[in-house]
Amino acid sequence: MMPLLTTKGLSRNFGGLRAVDGVDFQLMPGEIRAVIGPNGAGKTTFVSLISGRIQPSSGMIVFDGADITSRPAYLRVRQGIAYTFQITSVFANLSAYDNVALPVQRTLTDGRSKGAVRTGVMAALERTGLADRAHMPAGQLSYGHQRLLEVAMGLALKPRLLILDEPTQGLADSEIDNFIELVREIAKSATVLLIEHNMPVVMQLADRITVFNAGRILAEGTPEQVRANTQVQEAYLGTAP
Amino acid sequence: MSEASPAKAYALHLGVIALLFALSFVLPEYHHGLLARIMVLAAFAMGYNMLFGYVGLLSLGHAMFFAAGLYGAGLAVIHLGWNVPLAFLAGIACGALLALAIGLLALRTNGVAFMIVTMMFAQVFYLVILYFAAWTGGDQGLVVPQPARVLSFGATSLDLTNPTVRYMSALALFSVVLLVTLAIVRSRYGRVLVAVRENEERTKMLGYDTFSNKLIAVVVSGTICAASGAAYALLFGYVGSSFASVQYSILPLLWVLLGGAATTLGALIGTVFMYYVIDIASGYTSAYLLIVGIALILLVLFFPKGILGTIRQRWLGWLP
Repeated sequence: MMPLLTTKGLSRNFGGLRAVDGVDFQLMPGEIRAVIGPNGAGKTTFVSLISGRIQPSSGMIVFDGADITSRPAYLRVRQGIAYTFQITSVFANLSAYDNVALPVQRTLTDGRSKGAVRTGVMAALERTGLADRAHMPAGQLSYGHQRLLEVAMGLALKPRLLILDEPTQGLADSEIDNFIELVREIAKSATVLLIEHNMPVVMQLADRITVFNAGRILAEGTPEQVRANTQVQEAYLGTAP
Repeated sequence: MSEASPAKAYALHLGVIALLFALSFVLPEYHHGLLARIMVLAAFAMGYNMLFGYVGLLSLGHAMFFAAGLYGAGLAVIHLGWNVPLAFLAGIACGALLALAIGLLALRTNGVAFMIVTMMFAQVFYLVILYFAAWTGGDQGLVVPQPARVLSFGATSLDLTNPTVRYMSALALFSVVLLVTLAIVRSRYGRVLVAVRENEERTKMLGYDTFSNKLIAVVVSGTICAASGAAYALLFGYVGSSFASVQYSILPLLWVLLGGAATTLGALIGTVFMYYVIDIASGYTSAYLLIVGIALILLVLFFPKGILGTIRQRWLGWLP
């Protein structure tokens, strides 16, 4: 099977800091992949390179067989790479409905399809459990609901690759259980790349885990393999005395 | 925005147009003439609001688009002998082309740089008008001859210098611009413009080419301002370089801020308010600009979102 996403020697320097350093990475269609690693390991920079928010210093990115390294972010989104932000950045002054309407109306090829926007928006809101809050300004939603709205916006893009950057950060435990169900649901129709600090979530969701450390891939494998990996334990816990 | 009571919004706007129509028959001569002028300039303010209010791009050079319409129409009549409809279209085309060129260059910047770049381009435009004084009349300006300001359809003809015809022409321009603005801000495209204003980076990450969207907005805005300028030349018969000066870039900003940025009717309210404050104050004292200044300060203190913006925030959330 051909990978959905491949990076070859992908690097990004910030001044003297090599935030992402020669990463070779492959993602198979349909999998849920978690990216973990200590703070500052380059996880967010790595997915930002994939989504096109920042340009790589060197290396290449191939999505679905096409080299997208120099393509602007908005074209990558149209190709099916959706990114939900680590720091919630919904449009606070717009209603939840309008927030989701933006991605929905963009994916509609028929500009005159009356009612199609409304149907698409309500479908995405219902999937994330926000339908009854459609007309609230997004800024007045609770933090957990804003995170869900982010996901609804990502879903509405009908992505083939959905990148979730720390989606459970700041969620209550009860909300996290629902969230895990939601991601499983999403994974039926899209490949999911998940940056996550919450280990129980990672262990429950991920098919495979990639561990970053200091801008490089330290280890990769199934949750069991990664858990057993001594290098990973050292990176997280420090060397055993 | 798009969900809230479309019928109510359209009824309100049609009501305002009907009110302005009715005022034509009751206003005394002086106010009748003043209101015709205000409606043309309110169209200018609405064009400005399109870019400033909805996209969040603060331009300090919109006088050049107004002047492009003014000179495009005026010079076509004076030097080429074109009739009124053709000259009006010429004015609009000048504004649209200028807006496209300026947009392509100025949109490479953001924020303060965008303000400075647009202001510089407008100054260049102003100086070009002065430089080619042989055609433009320089700082004296030109008068569009009265016999040329006639709109004729076959046998019937409308004299644009007649106060009622002039008022109704100004109202027609105002109404078209108002309804076009309303339709745009309620459309899907309008939703994208607001998204760009609120968070451009996020909008890009939803798959929007924000540069193209902003460029279209600059062209629409410039075209509306040019239509206002062209109408001004044809209705009031004067084409002058003062309309290209920096003062006429600041005025639409003030009118829009007063009335309420990103409200469709705010431009009209702001323009009316400003004109009448000046009119009334100058009846009492020669230091009327002092009173205007105090009025502006009070407004900023108590109505920071403008008159209509504050009303929308406190009472009428459905206002477009």
